[in-house]
Amino acid sequence: MQASQDVIAPAGVVSPSLLAAGRRRRRGSLERQEAIAFHVFASPWIIGFLVFTLFPLVASLYLSFSKYELITPPTWSGLSNYRMLLRDPLIRQALKVTTIYSVGSVTLGVVLAFLVALLMNQKVKGVYVWRTIYYIPSTLSGVPVALLWAWIFNPNFGILNAAVGLVGIKGPNWLGSSDWVVSAFILMSLWGIGGSMVIFLAGLQGIPDHLYEAASLDGAGVLRKFCHVTVPMVSPVILFNLVMGVIGAFRTFTAGYVMTDGGPANASLFYVLYLYRRAFRMFDMGYACSMAWVLFAIIMVLTFIIFRTSSFWVYYEAVSGK
Amino acid sequence: MTSIPLGAPLAAPRHSKKTRTKVQQVITTGVVVTGACMLLVPLIWMIRTSLMSPGQIFLLPMRWLPDPVRWANYREAVTEIAFWTYFKNSLRIAMLTVVGSALSSSLVAYAFARLRAPDKDVLFMIVLGTMMLPGEVTMIPSFLLFRALRWVGTILPLVVPSYLGGGAFFIFLLRQFFSTIPLELDDAAKMDGAGLLRIYWDLILPLSKPALATVGIFSFFWSWNEFLGPLIYLDSMEQWTLPLGLKIFAGAGVYAQAKWHLLMAASLLAMLPSVIFFFFAQRTFVRGIVLTGLKG
Repeated sequence: MQASQDVIAPAGVVSPSLLAAGRRRRRGSLERQEAIAFHVFASPWIIGFLVFTLFPLVASLYLSFSKYELITPPTWSGLSNYRMLLRDPLIRQALKVTTIYSVGSVTLGVVLAFLVALLMNQKVKGVYVWRTIYYIPSTLSGVPVALLWAWIFNPNFGILNAAVGLVGIKGPNWLGSSDWVVSAFILMSLWGIGGSMVIFLAGLQGIPDHLYEAASLDGAGVLRKFCHVTVPMVSPVILFNLVMGVIGAFRTFTAGYVMTDGGPANASLFYVLYLYRRAFRMFDMGYACSMAWVLFAIIMVLTFIIFRTSSFWVYYEAVSGK
Repeated sequence: MTSIPLGAPLAAPRHSKKTRTKVQQVITTGVVVTGACMLLVPLIWMIRTSLMSPGQIFLLPMRWLPDPVRWANYREAVTEIAFWTYFKNSLRIAMLTVVGSALSSSLVAYAFARLRAPDKDVLFMIVLGTMMLPGEVTMIPSFLLFRALRWVGTILPLVVPSYLGGGAFFIFLLRQFFSTIPLELDDAAKMDGAGLLRIYWDLILPLSKPALATVGIFSFFWSWNEFLGPLIYLDSMEQWTLPLGLKIFAGAGVYAQAKWHLLMAASLLAMLPSVIFFFFAQRTFVRGIVLTGLKG
């Protein structure tokens, strides 16, 4: 490997530290050797970062200010992509769909995952089996799951409407109806709450017993213990699941692409789905890049807001106490 | 905590408390079991459909269970969907990705955990920063880059990045794990004349098997389930991965009377590696999730 060469090389390099006397010189060169070894070991990531992250990032920013449709070289067009973006009704639609979906799936998902974790933290017979069952669906993802749910939502032959029919309600045409399609996606997302549940469970199990004991001594009932011990102690976990959930929800693509392809009438046009269309069906690369930056900005702003407000509701002693 | 007891009795009569916890337990168990059943219904539905004849699927009123059980669906599914071709392609990409991620992220994590350099902290901040960066931002220029390299239509865009750093999450996870290994072990190895590469390979890696397993499992799952990447980069049918092949077979419209019996059979088969992997490595998996907050 190149490592040995690189480690020897600096001996000949003149640097201020090498001009220092005796022991200090030795120590300085050892430090340099270690620093070089560090860069050699980290080089896969450094190269990968430069080529697959930094360069695309800069290029993407540049392209977002240019017109580029693959056939001719990109030309600088200033803010025109962003101006177009403001007027694009499909962007508005995509943002609406994605926001409703995110709010719905993340809120319901976090609440349900928390409740399930609370249940799983009780003394229930065979709790490990149940945990596994709750967890399994979240390990499944991608196209097979999307196909399964497309079939579950089938208005005439799917199990959801059959089940709803058992209690005498005529179920909607889930994926074929503009009014129901986003709800269908939210419902589907709840199948995967197991991941958040496991994180909550770890948080719950990290709460020291003496807090509950102290609360009991003070005469606190179940509800008070829940509100004043459990919730503050897991609030950092709630924050974490919220942030990860929002980021994940805004990036939804596969389910939308496979199940509805944005339909009916763009009622399930997820943001990334529209971005994909712009980039790889219309080859409108400049515009798609500006869309990507808007997405990035939205995610950053949301994360920032969640973190900012967190000082009001997250109990940070719980974090440092770990 | 100074909470004032709001008229709560200090000590409830013993027997009533006991029955109350008993009742509570029954209710809890009931809720847990109901929830579990609801979560299992989609999978049961999938299995049920995969064993039915197409005619039976579209009967009204609905037939809840397959009668007769039609195992031939699975044989039909793997022939009609070119299943094994896609399977092989998916497996090849996933395996290459696993090796790449484990090797390169552990190498980089070793540097961050063990070696000192003036710019180390800055670089580590960048590693953490890239975890927040949504892939969509870099997707288009990456595509243009791979196009310029003439890599579009090969598996290289899906595999090569994993050899160059292997993902910030993995670097972070492994660095955290390596930091828990006592430094004295490194020093002892150095006394014995071992170089950094030796220490990394013969000392740190063998001690980090659980963490490496987590990295391996996650990179396998991600690669196995990945859809957008193959959709963009693989253009000939011989190269398609399972998700891509399944989607193409399903066709454009989910409203169409698709061959659900075959689709469900093939989808189940496609999920099988995840499920098997999960059962073999459940502990590793759950620990990984708790450590990093990653989901499957």
